[in-house]
Amino acid sequence: MNLFAIIFYLFAIVTIGSAVIMVFSKNIVHSAFALMFSLIGLAVFYVLLYADFVAATQLVVYVGGILILILFGVMLTTQGIPEKLEVLIINVWPSAILSSLIAVILFFVFTNTEWNLIQVVERTEVVPELGMLLISKFLLPFQAIGVLLLIAIIGAMLMSTQSKRLNN
Amino acid sequence: MENQFIYWLANPGLNHFLMVSALLFALGLMAVITRRNVIMVLMGVELILNSANLNFVAFSHYTSLSLEGHMIALFVIIIASAEAAVALAIILNIYNRFRTINVDEISNLKG
Amino acid sequence: MELQLYIQLALITLALPFAGFLILIFTGKRLPRNGDWLATGLISLAFLLSLFILIAKLVWHHNETITSSLNWITLNDLMGPSSIEFGITVDNLSAILLVVVTMISMLVHFFSIGYMKGDIRYSRYFACLGLFSFSMLGIVLTNNLLLMYIFWELVGISSYLLIGHWYEKKTATNAASKAFVVNRVGDAGMFVGIMILFTSFSTFTFETIFDAISNGELPFESTGWLTAAGILIFCGAIGKSAQFPLHVWLPDAMEGPTPVSALIHAATMVAAGVYLVARVFPLLTADALLVIAYIGAVTSVIAATIAATQMDIKKVLAYSTISQLGFMIMALGVGAYAAGFMHLVTHAAFKAGLFLAAGSIIFAMHKALHKTNDHHTDAQDIRNMGGLKRKMPVTYWTFLIFTLAISGIPFTSGFLSKDEILAGTLAFGIMSGHYLLPVAAFLVAGLTAFYMFRALILTFHGEHANATRLEGVEESPKVMIIPLIILASLSVYIFYSFNPFGAASGWIFQAIERPLSIVPVAMQPISNLLFHNVVSMVHSIAMGLSILFAFSGIIFALLVYKWKKIDADRLANSMGMLYKGAFHKWYFDKVYYKVFVDGILGFVKGLHKFDDKVIDGFVNSTAGVAIHLSNISKWIDEHIVNELVTLTAWIAGYAGEQLGRLQTGKVQTYLAFMVFGFIVLFILFI
Repeated sequence: MNLFAIIFYLFAIVTIGSAVIMVFSKNIVHSAFALMFSLIGLAVFYVLLYADFVAATQLVVYVGGILILILFGVMLTTQGIPEKLEVLIINVWPSAILSSLIAVILFFVFTNTEWNLIQVVERTEVVPELGMLLISKFLLPFQAIGVLLLIAIIGAMLMSTQSKRLNN
Repeated sequence: MENQFIYWLANPGLNHFLMVSALLFALGLMAVITRRNVIMVLMGVELILNSANLNFVAFSHYTSLSLEGHMIALFVIIIASAEAAVALAIILNIYNRFRTINVDEISNLKG
Repeated sequence: MELQLYIQLALITLALPFAGFLILIFTGKRLPRNGDWLATGLISLAFLLSLFILIAKLVWHHNETITSSLNWITLNDLMGPSSIEFGITVDNLSAILLVVVTMISMLVHFFSIGYMKGDIRYSRYFACLGLFSFSMLGIVLTNNLLLMYIFWELVGISSYLLIGHWYEKKTATNAASKAFVVNRVGDAGMFVGIMILFTSFSTFTFETIFDAISNGELPFESTGWLTAAGILIFCGAIGKSAQFPLHVWLPDAMEGPTPVSALIHAATMVAAGVYLVARVFPLLTADALLVIAYIGAVTSVIAATIAATQMDIKKVLAYSTISQLGFMIMALGVGAYAAGFMHLVTHAAFKAGLFLAAGSIIFAMHKALHKTNDHHTDAQDIRNMGGLKRKMPVTYWTFLIFTLAISGIPFTSGFLSKDEILAGTLAFGIMSGHYLLPVAAFLVAGLTAFYMFRALILTFHGEHANATRLEGVEESPKVMIIPLIILASLSVYIFYSFNPFGAASGWIFQAIERPLSIVPVAMQPISNLLFHNVVSMVHSIAMGLSILFAFSGIIFALLVYKWKKIDADRLANSMGMLYKGAFHKWYFDKVYYKVFVDGILGFVKGLHKFDDKVIDGFVNSTAGVAIHLSNISKWIDEHIVNELVTLTAWIAGYAGEQLGRLQTGKVQTYLAFMVFGFIVLFILFI
């Protein structure tokens, strides 16, 4: 057992365990925090895979941004009534069967595919290379995604302000 | 045979990461299907996106996909953030109109 | 100086007017004085930068072409890899034009502060000026055809906005639309030309295209296509530079504010076409150049004759612009490359000056008419002017200098460039046997002197039509006068060449060398060296003839309008059809209206008639038959079909009711079914 394997299994347990908690917890706030641990576990995986920039982005955007947004959503829609934090789970058994079937299929596919593996390289200078890629080969997607973000921001603002106007 | 399995288990490689991601995908799907609360559904979607992301990064490390995998993972994160913002705006709108965010009570599509 | 610094400075120059546009269009109304100081300051800064670029370029890096480009989009398609670049080029050509554009734009900005005072869309006007300067600088700096096309269209849209600035006036909006649509006709040709080059060379960049052609690659392996590509690209220049047969938009564009006419329709935008021809000059074949030369000649003759008959001062200037542009195009066509380009530069100065002087006159006339409560007299009609010399001395003297320059009198800038062009056409005529070209050129030189002095005399000399109105005329404010004085001093030979009789020793001729033709040898125009030799042989003859024609034009104008030895009306009558044709602008507008507008309307009417008579008649007769048939089918319907339909409806309703139970309206159920379907498909196929 090397260090890589120890860290991998440790965080595999953290990630999947908190994902399970997220799915089955009755309290939505607990779920949100479980999701946070799951996302942090994923960030550790990214570090293991020499993708430190993606890991940092994961922490900043997901843990720092999206989760906070979700918590805000929870608070804005439950309006401080504690019972409402309890949320129901429906159709447990059929969906459990479906999901486990999907997991089995994915396992089957992953293990039966001959991946074109290469000798693993230890990357050190990932960020500058990413930067160069971003302004050369991925310039068009980069610009497109900027426009997309702008549209999303404007759309989100428009929708949330319109609902206020309707209420007034 | 047994030794081989233990050796496989002790040296995590591409398949291990793929399996973690498969499990996360299944759990995310479960969350999307079973929860009544829209925000929980959204969290499930985020989990699914993350499992796909893990795949991309794993492939970029172990196969010739190289840095393109990182790139796509970054784009997925960006799109996820845009999606979360828009989805939450929609959720607030739904809450204002129906006074609930439970999916099965919002059934205007019912035939 | 670092070469890269040129690129950076050029980019800053490009960005400054655009920044002005963005700031003014969004926050212009909230800025103090509506932000005119901001736009003017930014363009002045751009002018200083470009002046610095030009001087540094000429002094330190005289013969270098500095290019920097970024890969914008990489395409991998059937024709192999190709890329669209995003680059700029600084060479002598673009550096000179950079200074011309920013300088004229700056002076127009200053002039507009006075002229547009109190306008309701003051800040929008300055914002549009900024947008125009930006797009014009873009055309000048870009190193590839696609970007040039983009900026080309941007110039079109900003000129549309500026011509239609007073959009409450119906004529202004019409003129704006006309300019836009007519330009589009030319641009369509240009786009096809660009696409011919792109499909054969997979690139838009000038240098790469030139390299490919000089290596013997040809579009579709034929020189005919190369000629076609050149002529089609020249179509863009026909539109923008108002050449025959697309010249009709420019006189109408005078509906815009007069400073705009000075900026766009005299000095810069119309020069874009000439610049385009100069840029793609190496790939033009001898045939294409001959077409270009003839179009230029026809344009300049037509426009000069029209200009000699018009009464609206801005119309006279507009047609004179068309005529001078024809001159430049003709010069490029015959191979007098540097002369044509130099005429572009000198013409930009004195024609902008003429328009600004006209603006000053109109401004003063408006004020005078306002004082006498006269709202019917046309402030732009030269018959209503006269005797303004005493009241507006500065405007008069500057106008006189501009007129001398455009007429080609020695010691002015116009003489230098015009003389070189005339020598070039004469040399070309002798060498190739196309004698019509020099004949047209000298004719136009004489006509130019005649109609410009006609306008000058009618405006400033003689008696004013209304004495009380004359009392109200006063000189324009300083902010309008100073640009005039600057432009007037720039119309003197000393800025272009120290030798008043030889442009060839001036700095423009040193800086601009005619580029080597890269087309196959058989298709090449007359070589540079030979052309130069013949030009220097005929130069003195051409100079003598040019001075002779200019002075005879002036004396003729003086005879008719100043000393009244010849009666103008009788002269007009004796010319008969010629005068009438020119006065009605050779009926271009009418013919275009008849052919295109009425033609399309007539076609539509014909279609309508066809619809009415043939199709409707057919339909009506079918209807009679149909009624009888339908009576029969009605019976069948009622007794047989209806029963069947009811049965089907019941089945469908029942099935729908059963299936509707599946439509729970819950998204999650749908998702679950989708996943289930996926699993089933997976098991079935793998």
